[in-house]
Amino acid sequence: MHPKTRDKLIYTLVGWLAAGVIFFPIFWMVLTSFKTEVEAIATPPKLFFTPTLENYVTVRERADYVHFALNSIIISVGATFLATLIAVPAAYAMAFFPGKRTKDLLLWMLSTKMMPAVGVLIPIYLLFRDTGAIDTRWGLIVVYTLMNLPIVVWMLYTFFKEVPKDILEAGRMDGAKPKQEVWMLLMPLSLPGIASTALLSIILCWNEAFWSLNLTTSQAAPLTTFIASFSAPEGLFWAKLSAASTIAIAPILVFGWMSQRQLVRGLTFGAVK
Amino acid sequence: MRFRKVSLLSAVAFVVSTGVAFAQGQTLTIATVNNADMIIMQRLSPKWEQATGNKLNWVVLEENVLRQRATTDIATKGGQFDIITIGSYEAPIWGKQSWLLPVDDLGADYDYADIIPSVKSGLSYNGKLYAVPFYAESSFTFYRKDLFDQAGIKMADKPTYDQIAEYAAKLTDKSKEQYGFCQRGKPGWGENMAFVGPMVNAFGGRWFNEKWEPQLTTEPWKNAINYYVKNMREYGPPGATANGHNENRALFATGHCAMWVDATSAAGYIYNPKESQVADKTAFAPAPVEVTSNGSGWFWAWSLGIPASTKKADAAKSFVKWATSKDYITLVGTEAGWVSAPPGTRKSTYDNPEYQKAAPFAKVVYESIANADLTKPTKDPVPYIGIQYVAIPEFQGIGTVVGQQIAAALAGQSTVDQALDSAQRSTERTMKQAGYPK
Repeated sequence: MHPKTRDKLIYTLVGWLAAGVIFFPIFWMVLTSFKTEVEAIATPPKLFFTPTLENYVTVRERADYVHFALNSIIISVGATFLATLIAVPAAYAMAFFPGKRTKDLLLWMLSTKMMPAVGVLIPIYLLFRDTGAIDTRWGLIVVYTLMNLPIVVWMLYTFFKEVPKDILEAGRMDGAKPKQEVWMLLMPLSLPGIASTALLSIILCWNEAFWSLNLTTSQAAPLTTFIASFSAPEGLFWAKLSAASTIAIAPILVFGWMSQRQLVRGLTFGAVK
Repeated sequence: MRFRKVSLLSAVAFVVSTGVAFAQGQTLTIATVNNADMIIMQRLSPKWEQATGNKLNWVVLEENVLRQRATTDIATKGGQFDIITIGSYEAPIWGKQSWLLPVDDLGADYDYADIIPSVKSGLSYNGKLYAVPFYAESSFTFYRKDLFDQAGIKMADKPTYDQIAEYAAKLTDKSKEQYGFCQRGKPGWGENMAFVGPMVNAFGGRWFNEKWEPQLTTEPWKNAINYYVKNMREYGPPGATANGHNENRALFATGHCAMWVDATSAAGYIYNPKESQVADKTAFAPAPVEVTSNGSGWFWAWSLGIPASTKKADAAKSFVKWATSKDYITLVGTEAGWVSAPPGTRKSTYDNPEYQKAAPFAKVVYESIANADLTKPTKDPVPYIGIQYVAIPEFQGIGTVVGQQIAAALAGQSTVDQALDSAQRSTERTMKQAGYPK
């Protein structure tokens, strides 16, 4: 075998192996969702069995999936939109008009992510109680916006830095105002970056479980609380939990699949000049 | 047809008998845990909704998540819940804080006298009832009759831990993945400590002396934990520190365990051939004793409480009355089968011939629960109530830390003496910070 062909084969195999390892938990979850509860806990684990839809029927009977899914979509998209709206001008200012302390400011913003969320649970809960925001979609949108803002600003800042200053200056020479500069030059130029940032933000919101469990009860509860309701310390629940998880991650999985080209393009944006 | 008739009759009986006035057409939010009994309640609750015109919003969460969620809301007076599912650990603590409304005014027809006295006292503070029991459990010994017969041994009527160790030695065959001593090893105040606590009581130990001084380095604790670690290592399944209730239940149900001391509420599942391969081979004995029988079987009651912050107290009382009444137990018996009737709360359930027929373990369960005296949980006097827990807010943290130390000893990361020394120091610190002795 030609050394080049051999190398290519090895890289492909390693790539498939890595993908397999990463995908295995999802595969196993989907598989478990079609087992009975006894099969789900069987040792050694069963790879071949008669599939059943019983768990999906039970999950559908016990909770209103559409209600939770709709909340997840509205909250994730809403928070991402709001975060992007705030982060674009912030990142623009930091990337093109950096001050002495811009780097420190960025680091400080990111440092808020380093604190465990439970540390601010009570103050936030009290604020929510007094503003009537508990169990509302807008309340969760606000929290998720604040939660993702540092990452969104960081990512956009990195992408904006890749845009040559000269292009913006040329625009300015032609009489473009800052708003037009951002809207008509910067945004189209860094669209893949903005899209991948938004995608990442949606995924982070979709999977967030701490605040959604603590700040909602029934009206604004998203899919993470839907999944949580099938977990228990007593009793057999693995198969039902797997079925609930499968249908909870299905929309975001399909969404991610469809937009993977955009995501990869965005994440490698500016990597090679 | 019979089901419908019974349901209709129960609904009518409920409407006629209820002494509690409630507003029509209110929406209540109820927080509960995900277990079989609660799921049946959720399924049957439309009958109450139809009878009263009220509606229920269900928030179903995992036990620890629910505890955190409900505590946050109730402590900050968030008012998100009208009814919450709590255990016998929380009821007296929250009652003392005035976080819950007393529920001893549900009417004469509720038949408070029918509630098993130990259950009632576990949910009361200063003689006032702060939650009504939905189902209660103690612990007892599950054992494999067939394996005992094969080995030519007979389970004692009231086994001691020494006898259990003798049986375990004879019944363990690691080549067949058959283990004599399957107990909880996963750290946590509601996990390994639920087993370890009553075991320490049986060995004559206690958490605190009358001056609230931790007693974790005393002889009974050392004897109990040495016994636990030795037998778990020799006769327990591999990787025992990862095993909680569910894992042991799965091991027992799939025929890998000869003996398992755990919740009486699991008996229904072990007896269900759909969930268990040993349904016809299992028998029951009381929880093991050693130097005393005081506190040798644990006590827990999942109960319904009403937060003081609710604005719909009357409707909430109407629901908790319905869901914990004798009529509700009959409704479950007829609709879901008598073996599924909520156990451990009312004497009338155990007098019912249909329940006795469906649940052969009923007598041992009843005796275990009735004998679980929360006010006298140890050989020596103590300033607290609770058997596998101490009903003070600090115990969740203490129990979890001590559970971690004991799991470390089980895993061989430390010796029993080191684990208990460390547990003692940590407990002393927590109690000092909390201002004990009070």
